[in-house]
Amino acid sequence: VPWLSWCLASWLLRPQSNCIKTSKYNIVTFLPVNLFEQFQEVANTYFLFLLILQLIPQISSLSWFTTIVPLVLVLTITAVKDATDDYFRHKSDNQVNNRQSQVLISGALRQEQWMNVRVGDIIKLENNQFVAADLLLLSSSEPHGLCYIETAELDGETNMKVRQAIPVTSELGDTSKLALFDGEVICEPPNNKLDKFGGTLYWKENKYPLSNQNMLLRGCVLRNTEWCFGLVIFRPDQIQADEHRPIFGFLVCMGVILAIGNAIWEHEVGVCFQIYLPWDEGVHSAFFSGFLSFWSYIIILNTVVPISLYVSVEVIRLGHSYFINWDKKMYCAKRRTPAEARTTTLNEELGQVEYIFSDKTGTLTQNIMVFSKCSVNGHSYGDVQDVLGHKAELGERPEPVDFSFNPLADPRFQFWDPSLLEAVKLGDPHVHEFFRLLSLCHTVMSEEKSEGELFYKAQSPDEGALVTAARNFGFVFRSRTPKTITVHELGRAITYQLLAILDFNNIRKRMSVIGEVLGARLGPGIRLYCKGADTILLERLHPTNQDLTNVTTDHLNEYAGEGLRTLVLAYKDLEESYYEDWSERLHRASGAPEAREDRLARLYDEVEHDMMLLGATAIEDKLQQGVPETIAILTLANIKIWVLTGDKQETAVNIGYSCKMLTDDMTEVFVITGHTVLEVREELRKAREKMMDASRSMGNGFSYQEKLSSTKLTSVLEAIAGEYALVINGHSLAHALEADMEVEFLETACACKAVICCRVTPLQKAQVVELVKKYKKAVTLAIGDGANDVSMIKTAHIGVGISGQEGIQAVLASDYSFSQFKFLQRLLLVHGRWSYLRMCKFLCYFFYKNFAFTMVHFWFGFFCGFSAQTVYDQYFITLYNIVYTSLPVLAMGVFDQDVPEQRSMEYPKLYEPGQLNLLFNKREFFICIAQGIYTSVLMFFIPYGVFADATRDDGAQLADYQSFAVTVATSLVIVVSVQIGLDTGFWTAINHFFIWGSLAAYFAILFAMHSDGLFQMFPNQFRFVGNAQNTLAQPTVWLTIALTTVVCVMPVVAFRFLKLDLKPELSDTVRYTQLVRKKQKTQHRCMRRVGRVGSRRSGYAFSHQEGFGELIMSGKNMRLSSLALSGFAARPSASWIETLRKKKGGEGSTACSPSGAADKTLKV
Amino acid sequence: MKNKKSFAPQEAEARPSRCPDNSAFKQQRLPAWKPQLTIATVLSTFFLTGAFCLSVGICLILSANSVREIQINYSDKCSDCSKLRENSYNWNIECLCSVDFKLKEDMLGDVFMYYGLQNFYQNHRRYVISRSDAQLLGRDVNVQRSYCAPFTTYNNGTPMAPCGAIANSMFNDTIDLFYNFNSSVIQVPLLKTGNSWWTDKNVKFRNPQSHNLSSAFAGTARPPYWQKPVYLLDEEDERNNGYINDDFIIWMRVSAFATFRNLYRRISRKRHFADGLPAGNYTFHISYNFPVTKFKGKKYVILSTMVWSGGSNPFLGIAYVVCGAAATLTGAETEVRVLTGVLP
Repeated sequence: VPWLSWCLASWLLRPQSNCIKTSKYNIVTFLPVNLFEQFQEVANTYFLFLLILQLIPQISSLSWFTTIVPLVLVLTITAVKDATDDYFRHKSDNQVNNRQSQVLISGALRQEQWMNVRVGDIIKLENNQFVAADLLLLSSSEPHGLCYIETAELDGETNMKVRQAIPVTSELGDTSKLALFDGEVICEPPNNKLDKFGGTLYWKENKYPLSNQNMLLRGCVLRNTEWCFGLVIFRPDQIQADEHRPIFGFLVCMGVILAIGNAIWEHEVGVCFQIYLPWDEGVHSAFFSGFLSFWSYIIILNTVVPISLYVSVEVIRLGHSYFINWDKKMYCAKRRTPAEARTTTLNEELGQVEYIFSDKTGTLTQNIMVFSKCSVNGHSYGDVQDVLGHKAELGERPEPVDFSFNPLADPRFQFWDPSLLEAVKLGDPHVHEFFRLLSLCHTVMSEEKSEGELFYKAQSPDEGALVTAARNFGFVFRSRTPKTITVHELGRAITYQLLAILDFNNIRKRMSVIGEVLGARLGPGIRLYCKGADTILLERLHPTNQDLTNVTTDHLNEYAGEGLRTLVLAYKDLEESYYEDWSERLHRASGAPEAREDRLARLYDEVEHDMMLLGATAIEDKLQQGVPETIAILTLANIKIWVLTGDKQETAVNIGYSCKMLTDDMTEVFVITGHTVLEVREELRKAREKMMDASRSMGNGFSYQEKLSSTKLTSVLEAIAGEYALVINGHSLAHALEADMEVEFLETACACKAVICCRVTPLQKAQVVELVKKYKKAVTLAIGDGANDVSMIKTAHIGVGISGQEGIQAVLASDYSFSQFKFLQRLLLVHGRWSYLRMCKFLCYFFYKNFAFTMVHFWFGFFCGFSAQTVYDQYFITLYNIVYTSLPVLAMGVFDQDVPEQRSMEYPKLYEPGQLNLLFNKREFFICIAQGIYTSVLMFFIPYGVFADATRDDGAQLADYQSFAVTVATSLVIVVSVQIGLDTGFWTAINHFFIWGSLAAYFAILFAMHSDGLFQMFPNQFRFVGNAQNTLAQPTVWLTIALTTVVCVMPVVAFRFLKLDLKPELSDTVRYTQLVRKKQKTQHRCMRRVGRVGSRRSGYAFSHQEGFGELIMSGKNMRLSSLALSGFAARPSASWIETLRKKKGGEGSTACSPSGAADKTLKV
Repeated sequence: MKNKKSFAPQEAEARPSRCPDNSAFKQQRLPAWKPQLTIATVLSTFFLTGAFCLSVGICLILSANSVREIQINYSDKCSDCSKLRENSYNWNIECLCSVDFKLKEDMLGDVFMYYGLQNFYQNHRRYVISRSDAQLLGRDVNVQRSYCAPFTTYNNGTPMAPCGAIANSMFNDTIDLFYNFNSSVIQVPLLKTGNSWWTDKNVKFRNPQSHNLSSAFAGTARPPYWQKPVYLLDEEDERNNGYINDDFIIWMRVSAFATFRNLYRRISRKRHFADGLPAGNYTFHISYNFPVTKFKGKKYVILSTMVWSGGSNPFLGIAYVVCGAAATLTGAETEVRVLTGVLP
């Protein structure tokens, strides 16, 4: 756990609220419940305890109001915050809150709102109801206390799960029996496994172990079960590790030293001094006096961790959250959604993220396929060109190609290269054939709701994109029947006979159709159209294609380099006799009882041979805006990005390339696809060996033996030379995540620059995140958009939801939400970085100022008989942390900027201090404390030296306690103000106002407190009357203050300067240098790669399943067929089609091309 | 372009609800001063500070050196009285003691006479709170409810006036100064008023309202260690009696440390002493009432002149010189390193 958050957590211990989505209070219960809750917080209880201590006269070293004023302030602020939170919770989750559930109250069922369901209630759920709270299943309508739930809202899995009540309770079927149920459930705090639950039910003097099988978790939905009863239980949230807290240890330590001092002093000196100052009643020994003095000093010294720390941290976090919400640069105009910080407590961890786990679809990609480029007959089309015909830069796109000539064109389709359309219009036969293939060779279904309004239902979006492209270029796939396909080719309707679909599968990586059209001019007869992965298809071409293949291959490489997904298109004319023969064999094969698949495959293989190359298509899996740039910058910021996706491996890898996670510069991309434990282990081992071999050959200082012998694999793998990537499949991941292999897997994965896990379940996503969290002690961030990312979002330290999509489950589970993946870089590099920086600076200063303030009492203890006499006026102690020094540091914590925001994007390395936690680690913390102690020493001993026997210039007293108090207090306020001035790097008007205002407020309040009027009213409370004007009129006092300030501040200036000069941080350098632009250019990785030969990725990627072709050929999925389904089987196909055609033609408007006349007669 | 135009009005309508304001504050673009530590600023700061500290320090040392001060430990010199006071049964036995000393030089200007106490913990927490400021303001208060315990009331219920440990332990020696001038002994005229802070004398301490002082304090009793009631502290001067007695006020202003000095008297600059105390032999006549040996304390009587910075304490001057020297040296060393190129 990062030190920073640990510090915050352990001091500000705030258990996370147990109900996330329901409100906690109503108007009546607000005050008591809220107070009760607040006092459950360790910090508040601690202060309450102090308050009680202060009410004991023997101990009270400070007036009670020094604690109660801040405490009341804190409680009020928190209460107001809770109240507003609760108000919004009421509002936004109205529907959740208004979900009713039936609660069993004194033997009867009553309707209760969700928020009123309490722990221990027994509630009744009915079918399709949401589970209102974490429940222990008691009984259900089904036999054996079974019930079915759907956990989609929890983990995105939509399949049904079975839960079973434990046998003893499953008989409690009716309310009267249940009303008598008085068991007691003890649950373990949940471990990190989502699906683990441990607990015990004590009932009728028996113990029954409980497991997750008996639990219905909140948010599940009851399915296929008439009703069930459940007992509401409370699962304590994971409790923050309650490790020893250095500050409290320190406090006790100081207290003990002073208490011992007091005991000794009372024993040696105080005893003799009793004539003037007898011991309090009840104090009979020096030892007991020391004991009391310990508590007195605890009261005084508690200001090292004042209540205001907690409030200030909350305020700063809130401010940072608002800055995130307000950021215009994270507002997506298209979806009209601003970024939203849904949690306020994680902002500074945004500056420490080391691992990002990203979903793919919807997050990295838009899940939109776009026909982007193509190569036809050795000519590449699709480059965006400017007026002069040069390749245009991105961003200055000319007008897209005008498809208005084609009434059936899809208006959403855009293409920027007019030459392709010209080629179509000029009648280039290759281009025509190219698009004819695209319009015929697919498994898309069309729907024509009204004339000319076509909708394609593609099984995979990339197929849809290809057919849409053909449609816009004038080859409109209009409709299909099981045996025909109707295409409008440049206005003429042509119906092709569909003879066979040679369907796609993963091994073939291609699909073909065999079709035929009558009419000599348009087609020579039976023709096979094939499209598929280049590796497969290029081998099956006719040798005469060699030249064209070379050119096309170049094009394919170019497309692949741009991250486009390519397909190669080819055709083959079939002799009619050959086809008859082949068809016959096919028919027999498909009827064969055994080895059908093999026989079919062989037949397909036979016919798809010696094809003629037509060209290639390039499809862009449209990334979200700015994804490659974002990933590149985040990678430069040393953040490791893992993609966890449910998609297929090919898709995932492809996206990995197109968003530059995987590059061809990489030494190797390891693909782990093993199906068994042994295979996976072997593959992982090989990957590691390769990496180690490579780094050994690099010879970077270690011998191989040394590496092997080192027990820590991490150290070896961290020294890996070269860039590697790891791709792992879901089933392999299941093995890799097993307890004995997870470390191995993690180490291998972490040595790689990029990790892609494909085909993973939502649960596995969470497990991967959990694994990294467990072993890496790094801040993890998960980003996703769908219900299947919820588990991962919840598991990671920081969850980010992509908003503005259909589903909101990811957003609801997230800590931050915005609508574009690219905003992540701004969230992390700007907001996160600043938050971390500000919080660190804030904490450093805060501890400094409070140690400087408090430790003065420690030194004074040695001079006042360890009597717990405070150095300052009690009002000063009360106000120091809430008035005099709170606002400047708050302003710094909210507004400070070390470098402008653009710079943090330009220099992603600026993010690294956060990841390494350089700004507030133990060392920095102790430096702050040391500085505070140093200041306190000077703050005490310089006035001590001066005041030892000082007198005023008129001879009157100066060395009195009150003057000393005013002098020390004034110099303290001035010193810490100067210090905040040094720490503030970004002086806005607000900072100026707060810093000067605090000083002014100090003097104003000082004079007011020491004024005659207040003294006349409360003589016993305002004893310092006249002190300010008398003391501060003395030059000696001002000289003392000045000296203290100089001595406290100058060494800091000197150290800061030396550090800046000798060991500058990157941010210092950035601040200094003006050469930013030039340098940054070299830092950026070259984003655009022109002419780079990439490894080609070709083929279908989307869930293109086998067997769709068969479905089409059988006609089972044809909606159109319902029009004439009755006579389908009986009538000859031709006449059926004829009827259909006529029908459509009759309905068709005049705008449509004269289809009837132009139609060809079809041969059956 | 068409698309954009048709989209714009929609967006404009929606803006107020969703799109964040483009204000400098919300976008974190507030104009700001970004100070940086540069060699020039750091060096000039060091040199200026050094110069300032050195000059102030030298001024302070020079003026502190011009102060003349004499300090006599009379609890040692009057050891008989010290012994006598060790036993509290002797509280009503008078003990007189005289201490001779010689001024080698004139003490010119205003001369102040202090009593000093060592090891007297006026800054002890229980001591500091043991008073009732309301009572001292002349209010009729129930001292039982103050922090005065155990010096609140006698067993018969008579409240103490003033109450509390501070008042009870008031310094009650009387010190007179005699100048042995040409074998005659002249009493040095001393001023016993005007020694306390104006605010203390006029705001913080008031006598209870009554036609005379003794009736004002009727129904109260003196603190146990006092020899006379509060309304007899100064029988000669009505304006220096009761709570507004200067000696009392000064005592009630507790010191910051266990060793302290309180202004006792000022030399009245009349006749022989118009210019201060001339060199010669002097004698303190002390009525020794205040026991210190019990708590291992010491008593001093101090004569001192004053300058603008107060008394003779050299600490501040030395500290300034040291600090100034350190700042200058650091500045110089940095300068040298910059010049020789060690620092960039």
